[in-house]
Amino acid sequence: MKRIEAVNDFVIKFANVNGTGSASANNMFAKAVFRMGLPVSPKNIFPSNIQGLPTWYEVRVSEKGYLGRRGGVDMMVGMNPQSMAKDIKEIDSGGYFFYDSSKPLDLRMMRSDVHFIGVPLKDLCQREFSDPRQQQLFRNVIYVGALAALLDIEFDVLRGLVSDQFRGKEKLITPNVRALELGYHYASEHYSCPLGIRLERRDAVGEQILIDGNTAAGLGAIYGGATVAAWYPITPSTSVVDGFDKYCKRLRIDPGSGNKNYAIVQAEDELAAIGMVIGASWNGARAFTATSGPGISLMSEFLGLAYFAEIPTVLIDVQRAGPSTGMPTRTQQSDILACAYASHGDTKHVLLFPATPRECFEMTAQAFDLAESLQTPVIMLTDLDLGMNDTMSPPLVWDDTREYQRGKVFNEEQLEAMSERFGRYLDIDDDGIPYRTYPGTHPSKGAFFTRGTSRDEYAVYTEDGDAYEKNMQRLLKKWDTAKQRVPAPELIKAGKGSKIGVIHFGTSRCATLEAIDSLQAEGVAIDTLRLRGFPFNKTVDAFIEEHETVFLVEQNRDAQMRTLLVNECLISPRQFIPILNYNGTPITAKYIREEILLVVRGDNVRPLRKQRSVKESV
Amino acid sequence: MSYIRPVFRHPDLPRNALGFTRKDYEGAISTLCAGCGHDSISAAIVQACFELALPPHKVAKLSGIGCSSKTPTYFLGNSHGFNSVHGRMPSVATGANLANRELIYIGVSGDGDTASIGMGQFTHVVRRNLNMMYVVENNGCYGLTKGQDSATADIGSASKKGEPNHFEPIDLASVALQLGATFVARSFSGDRAQLVPLIKAAISHRGFAFIDVISPCVTFNNNPKSTKGYEHVREHLAATGTVDFVPFKEEISTEYEQGESKEVALHDGSVVHLHKADPELDITSRRSALRLIKDYKAKDQILTGLLYMDENSQDLHEILGTSKTPLRDLAAAELCPGQKVLDKLNESWR
Repeated sequence: MKRIEAVNDFVIKFANVNGTGSASANNMFAKAVFRMGLPVSPKNIFPSNIQGLPTWYEVRVSEKGYLGRRGGVDMMVGMNPQSMAKDIKEIDSGGYFFYDSSKPLDLRMMRSDVHFIGVPLKDLCQREFSDPRQQQLFRNVIYVGALAALLDIEFDVLRGLVSDQFRGKEKLITPNVRALELGYHYASEHYSCPLGIRLERRDAVGEQILIDGNTAAGLGAIYGGATVAAWYPITPSTSVVDGFDKYCKRLRIDPGSGNKNYAIVQAEDELAAIGMVIGASWNGARAFTATSGPGISLMSEFLGLAYFAEIPTVLIDVQRAGPSTGMPTRTQQSDILACAYASHGDTKHVLLFPATPRECFEMTAQAFDLAESLQTPVIMLTDLDLGMNDTMSPPLVWDDTREYQRGKVFNEEQLEAMSERFGRYLDIDDDGIPYRTYPGTHPSKGAFFTRGTSRDEYAVYTEDGDAYEKNMQRLLKKWDTAKQRVPAPELIKAGKGSKIGVIHFGTSRCATLEAIDSLQAEGVAIDTLRLRGFPFNKTVDAFIEEHETVFLVEQNRDAQMRTLLVNECLISPRQFIPILNYNGTPITAKYIREEILLVVRGDNVRPLRKQRSVKESV
Repeated sequence: MSYIRPVFRHPDLPRNALGFTRKDYEGAISTLCAGCGHDSISAAIVQACFELALPPHKVAKLSGIGCSSKTPTYFLGNSHGFNSVHGRMPSVATGANLANRELIYIGVSGDGDTASIGMGQFTHVVRRNLNMMYVVENNGCYGLTKGQDSATADIGSASKKGEPNHFEPIDLASVALQLGATFVARSFSGDRAQLVPLIKAAISHRGFAFIDVISPCVTFNNNPKSTKGYEHVREHLAATGTVDFVPFKEEISTEYEQGESKEVALHDGSVVHLHKADPELDITSRRSALRLIKDYKAKDQILTGLLYMDENSQDLHEILGTSKTPLRDLAAAELCPGQKVLDKLNESWR
């Protein structure tokens, strides 16, 4: 029988029942790979449920450092009878199926082209542990031990992870190590170890870290100087504020008084959450909220107010599959239009698209500088994949000489020295950005009335059409200023004057770059442009102009980024060939590669391109 | 309303402890209908702030949407104001207060803005005991959209359109009491003698101070069949008693009437004197206040005056344990932990 042979390059998927404690065992597995110096990319595919439904954890090991989903499964750890038949079908031919052999397998599920590896986890557990909860939990740890033998994971690495995990709860170390040993010994005695797929220590991760994007964003808010967080719980954004809370408790408590140099309020809904952010920002604090699609819908009215009244607002949208409640625990990039044009009337908002945890950290901090210097909402659009999965990332860095850009704010001295009347909405510097004052600054100067209704340059209510138009034009001028300040796109040129370009953003990055790499190896040169901010600047126009064929990789049904590009860059939609993935799991390199090849192989057949783009536009 | 306000003011206008005249607390000229109850409330706020000698720029005034929410433009012209979105003033006030705990926050809302679209935010700002004064200018109707019934309209009450209301009214003072408001009062826009000291006490109270002010809509809800019209309210008014607010350090010079009186000291040393008209009322008991509101309503009377206060309450900042320095004034050095800390954190993710 064929056997998949691979060193440091395979996909292993764990099929579990949620609420059984499998997550921490699976994390231990992924981290062990990472500590052996190997790039690893674990993806949690979980239900919107607390206990009893199928959940998967897909781990990709790639010595070359490809972190996107590859597609396919080399080994399945099948711990869930509910999904087992489907799980076994999913394994690539020549792959491996690991299962609990305490009970015999249903023979109808057997495949002749898959290697079945049974370990009696339940029996081993019951023999060793008496407490029923432990019998459940340690079953997971035992399979990690068995995998260590089967895949050549260094046992000392696992031992180290256990002692790190239970630092302070030392009495838990011994039974955990014991459970690992049980699995390890059973597998070594009953199977010829290692299997065809295995690990070898390398030095391929360098100084990188393994962290989820939401934690990085929460920490970015601390470094960015946020003092007020208001939020309403919603998957998959909750861990942003959890991260902010966790590290604030460590880093933001005044040692002398024990008082908090921050405030977190769990609001009654998303409307209140964004309202609090706007109130705090209006009053001079750096404030933020985090939410997901349904929250964006609810916050839209307030976003319009913040845009029109020009109040800095920082919002982190961790996208999930919509519309409506959609698939709350599955990933998508489908809030782009809802965020770009959130609210009624003529509104548009600055967007940021991070692709790595480091960017989640940096862009969150940067969002405060942008929001305050532009006096407008800034929305960072991440997604469930980046937000909730541990992702390998360059370490987080902070330039200690960096100063917060608080924007144009008149202080007491400036107001005192002012002989003319303060005009909140006067365009003094000809960049569309006016000066503001914080409440309570000066006894007799600088007070103004903030409102969502139209007003003149001195913030006085008016329904005069000319004054209204002038103000709306100034907001457009400010929008032009924003183009120069948002993060520039990341351009990678194949260097051969390629006529094919691929535009991508956010979590499509890893899979896209891997697909491009493999095509490059076959002689297909492709340039890529990764969008990092909106409004788009001239680089984006130029990239589209320079390439005959432009693919657009997105994780939504309607090619929302295409709509945005078409609308903002005044480009024909036919310029783009969308590559769309929206089934709720992260896009794979294999899929992108195949979609590009479909077109490129028939590159001389022009109509194909047209045909495809027409089909996609319907 | 008046379209003209004299520029000339008497040079000997009385000045308060800070040297300000009443004029320094006024705002723009009102654009509400002539005789609107809301304008009397604005005037009472001006009077109260003048008498308290508040530095005008240390007050922030916030509102939602509606006739009532327009009024912050008409008082305290030297204060920052924020006319937010319909029913959402409480959240904006919460954020503003979190940013700077040292300012005085005055929120003005209406019965539509609070009891309908803003009911959710209202109940939660009460629960959080945000340190602010929240005034509802309650006229039982939607004035700005021409007189539809609001959720505080009494059953059987009819506005100018003539159709009586069939739905149970929401009594905001009772709701506030049930949800834990730490200062609750009701008043009438036409009773300035009662309203001014109530506003002064509410502003001085630390925590959420709620005043439901019946404020007739002269244009749409001032007809004989309305229970929120001037005539009806005047005829059915009952008061818990008279209230004196004595700021800290000011000598008590008021002449007390004979009868039972109750003193409550506020956190800053100021004192509220309530001269009780109804011996049943215990202003430190929610149950007493809730019962009395019902009892008077049963007698077809509107009970006004101070209903309840808890002078020892903890406001949101105290509950959260936030820094005594306003959060917005913290320096970058206190906020940003720097690269060294980040190095350690990076190590924990390896």
